[in-house]
Amino acid sequence: MTTLIEAVVALLVVTGGLFSFLGSLGLARLPDVFMRLHGPSKATTLGIGCVALASMIFFTVHEGAPSVHELLIIVFVFMTTPVSAHLVAKAALHRRLPARGSRGEGR
Amino acid sequence: MIAHAADVAILLIGLAMALAFWRLLRGPDVVDRVIAIDTLYVNACAMLLTYGIRGATALHFEAALVIAMLGFLSTAAFAKFLLRGDIIE
Repeated sequence: MTTLIEAVVALLVVTGGLFSFLGSLGLARLPDVFMRLHGPSKATTLGIGCVALASMIFFTVHEGAPSVHELLIIVFVFMTTPVSAHLVAKAALHRRLPARGSRGEGR
Repeated sequence: MIAHAADVAILLIGLAMALAFWRLLRGPDVVDRVIAIDTLYVNACAMLLTYGIRGATALHFEAALVIAMLGFLSTAAFAKFLLRGDIIE
């Protein structure tokens, strides 16, 4: 395995870990539900995308044959995360959770 | 080099899972807990993939795929239950 490909895989893996961590940090630290929904649904999706891309490159080079089944995870996660975020946001609106900066209860 | 990078990534994803678990325990509303579970399963999926890269084995891939699929279904079911009070009407 050449050094260049190793460097690319290492960079993608660390970037993916960093994005996952930032998404969860947003989930833990932001002040209201709608902000907390943003962190995981964007940053963490990008994180798993980076890790799956790294896995794809690594196994393609490691086994000498193209390994595309990680693409399944990328496509599936990138399609389903917006849907689940939309459903959860609808549930939060339905429960009339307070947003930061709103007056009183409700939206 | 890849093993060290994978170690760093596993550490970061572990921290991310700890933060999500903290939100799962603490979350003021049940919606926060649903978001925390959603984050936990995506992070678990990423951690399994990283672990597979570290050991140069494709053994963990199917587990990651199954976690990704069942996780989406569980989040959709939780959200539907919170919206309607029932999952299959």
